[in-house]
Amino acid sequence: MSVTELPSTAAGRALPVEPWNRHLLAIGVLAVVLIPLPLLLPAAQGAVAVRVLIFAIMSIGWNIMSGFGGMFSFGHAAYFGLGAYTSAWLLVEHNISPWIGMAVGMVVAAVFGVVVGFLALRYRLKGAYFALATFAFAEMLRLYASSSNLVNRASGYHVPLLPDDTSWWFMQFEAGSPNYFWIALGLTVFGLVVSVLFLRSRVGRFSVAARDDEEAAASIGIPVMRCKLVTIALSAAITATAGSFFTQYYLFIDPDLAFGSSVSIQAILPAVIGGVATIWGPVIGAVVLGPLSDVTATLLREPPTFLSFLQGRVGLDIILYGILLILIVLLLPKGVYGALRDRWARR
Amino acid sequence: MTLLRVQNVSKSFSGLRAVDDVSFDVDEGSILGIIGPNGAGKTTLFNVVAGAMQPDSGSVRLDGNDITGRTPHKVASAGMARTFQIMRPFSSMTVLDNVTVAVLAGGRSRSAARTTAAEVIERVGLDRWRDAPSEGLPTAALKRLELARALALRPRILLLDEVLAGLVPAEREPVMVLLEQLRTEEGVTLVFVEHIMAAVMRLSDSVLVLNLGQALTSGPPQEVTRDPRVIEAYLGEEPGSAEA
Repeated sequence: MSVTELPSTAAGRALPVEPWNRHLLAIGVLAVVLIPLPLLLPAAQGAVAVRVLIFAIMSIGWNIMSGFGGMFSFGHAAYFGLGAYTSAWLLVEHNISPWIGMAVGMVVAAVFGVVVGFLALRYRLKGAYFALATFAFAEMLRLYASSSNLVNRASGYHVPLLPDDTSWWFMQFEAGSPNYFWIALGLTVFGLVVSVLFLRSRVGRFSVAARDDEEAAASIGIPVMRCKLVTIALSAAITATAGSFFTQYYLFIDPDLAFGSSVSIQAILPAVIGGVATIWGPVIGAVVLGPLSDVTATLLREPPTFLSFLQGRVGLDIILYGILLILIVLLLPKGVYGALRDRWARR
Repeated sequence: MTLLRVQNVSKSFSGLRAVDDVSFDVDEGSILGIIGPNGAGKTTLFNVVAGAMQPDSGSVRLDGNDITGRTPHKVASAGMARTFQIMRPFSSMTVLDNVTVAVLAGGRSRSAARTTAAEVIERVGLDRWRDAPSEGLPTAALKRLELARALALRPRILLLDEVLAGLVPAEREPVMVLLEQLRTEEGVTLVFVEHIMAAVMRLSDSVLVLNLGQALTSGPPQEVTRDPRVIEAYLGEEPGSAEA
């Protein structure tokens, strides 16, 4: 190719190395390091660790659509709940393995996400209006689940206990079994790997471009709508796996646990605290948030004397979530990971 | 051979006729300059041609195919690339990633995309900024990024909306050389909106003058700039004095 007269100061420099392999390696190392964790932790902390991973999976899903894709979802409860209800329904009503239920739930959530996304994007909803639309669809599912005989109305589903108490096929083990942690870890790793592969892929790069500037993206031939719908489908499917796992782990699901607005918030908060649109943000945020409700619950049960007025009250964890969120947004607008990365980059 | 044929295109915004019954043809491998005072409808005309806006009436044909009202990404895939007057970089990405996305959007393989992007970047003289974040680049670099991204599509026809504006004269020269090369070496057809008359005179095979949304006149640059109506509406007393 010909060169213009402008002196090109660094012609022929090596291209910068792309970060994908580094991310994949880090994910692999993290997984290996965490495998022995449930064997080391006492049972109570083991449960906290599993909850951290559930938060992480939900938020990794949310981050694909809302972080990388730039479409703010306030309704990820829809996908979490569809994952939970699909696998619960197939298991309870048809005795189908939750693994298959999880796969079907991913597909159901993805299809629902594409339909909602198409409608919202078709009518050019943006920002807060888009978020409200996603919220409305999640609420719709919650109301439907609470009133439909098909899914047991408000009482939801109890996972039937197996006589011999443990089966990989039915994803059921004795209480406190490390297997639960390992499954959740596997799903977290799956979500992270999907995030990295997504960012590396054609459609992922197109989606990030469309997030940055939709008009410019269209002007270079990017089919913006199609890319956004693929992004939403992936995001919904990842969050759905958390729903299926949640049902198997707690052996119980009802409309509020599945589709409640607090579920949507739980999908948002880890990413916001850890760092929106970063690979590691949702995981870091989940590690911060996951133990919080246990810490506060302990505090409320046996408060130190100077906090004795808190004895027996509820909702402290919600207040702490709120305070933490305000502090993070004010002090670390790019989240914990974003702030750390900027600091490293500056050195 | 006519590559782009625009016929009787009109576009109004709440009663105001931004583009009023404009027609023009562009031959393959030729360069058309579009001039006119601010608010003459130049950018609106670009938006209609590139599919970013639906015309109220009229048609746009590319290589004989009617592309009127096609979405921008389909127009781009059909071989027509554009730049924006107000630069629109993908601001979370480096310059290299911006252009790589465009190379990928042009349909080429992922393995070769970054090398190709680096070549395009070098070609537009943006190499110094290649690995810099596109957010916070100076205007001159952003203008070149617009150009690089459009070139990465290997378009048959390129719509350039004031790529020289905001550049000091020393920065204009290499861009003009590049545009001439594109035409002579690769046969790219160019349509460009520009206020800098020296560039219009030097590059254009023909010039279209817009005023108040209408085509005032068109023809070879020397003729057009002598036209008293053009002088009155746009150029002022002496041709070339608009080049401030």
